[in-house]
Amino acid sequence: MMGYFDSLADFIAMGGHGLYVWLSYALGAGVFLFNLLSPRLIRKRLVTEHKRRLRREQA
Amino acid sequence: MWQTLVRWFHKWTSPKWFYTLSKPLSFWLGWAATLLLVTALVWGLMFAPIERLQGNSYRIIFLHVPAAFLSQAIYAAIAVMGLIGLVWRIKLSFYAAKQCIPVGISMAVLALATGAIWGKPTWGTWWEWDARLTSMLVLLLLYLGLWALHNAMERPESGDRAAAILALVGVVNLPIIKFSVEWWNTLHQPATLKITEPPPMHPMMLTPLLLSILGFFLATAAWVLIRTRLEILERERKANWAREELNQMGKVE
Repeated sequence: MMGYFDSLADFIAMGGHGLYVWLSYALGAGVFLFNLLSPRLIRKRLVTEHKRRLRREQA
Repeated sequence: MWQTLVRWFHKWTSPKWFYTLSKPLSFWLGWAATLLLVTALVWGLMFAPIERLQGNSYRIIFLHVPAAFLSQAIYAAIAVMGLIGLVWRIKLSFYAAKQCIPVGISMAVLALATGAIWGKPTWGTWWEWDARLTSMLVLLLLYLGLWALHNAMERPESGDRAAAILALVGVVNLPIIKFSVEWWNTLHQPATLKITEPPPMHPMMLTPLLLSILGFFLATAAWVLIRTRLEILERERKANWAREELNQMGKVE
């Protein structure tokens, strides 16, 4: 079931290199999260700024 | 025929046209990338065989090589788009070049960080001032310089031009990164994948690596499209269509 590995524990241990492998993949996940989430923040900022401009125009 | 091609090209350089058409494109690119990356990384972590000398630590390659490849490819794209912007004064080219920068930074950081982590069990050190590592650090610094230039300028148009010129100057660094492992004695191993030779890798390792590179590539394309759309909205906000779009976005939230 664990592909190349005999057990889940083996898979996590990575033959003693678990720390290095999993730290790398955690960083990879972080980079993907950054790229997925940062456009949402930009979008939010654009909408807020647009609304502020509209209010100023009306005032 | 030629006329149609030119007209087609001109349509794509129009921010409004690009804004509309890139939406479904980024959606499908994103899903294709997800599929590829899940396959590649599960394969690489669980099903690829162990490496004879490095043990399981080599599994970092499935992130490290794609990130390093993309960090350089994105830089090259920024330089080309900067040149197009400078020569033909195509605004859209500048917008896309600018929004490539954060994605490029994230890839350079990932390449350097995974390299350092991989270096520890393999070379016994996190960092060494060796030619490959140093030239990759220079790439990251160039990226940060580009971003700083955009933010330093009062008028965004000045930022576009200044960043394009810096990007073009910094292109020198790309061949230095590539040939650093051949010109100097370095810790870093020479390129695994070469166009001229069949790769010296087991197909069970090579396939997930190639899938991962392709997945990173498509994901980058999707992220750049999404970011460029937002850049268009910000810079073209005085145009009627962009105003209307911002109104709509404000209502949805």
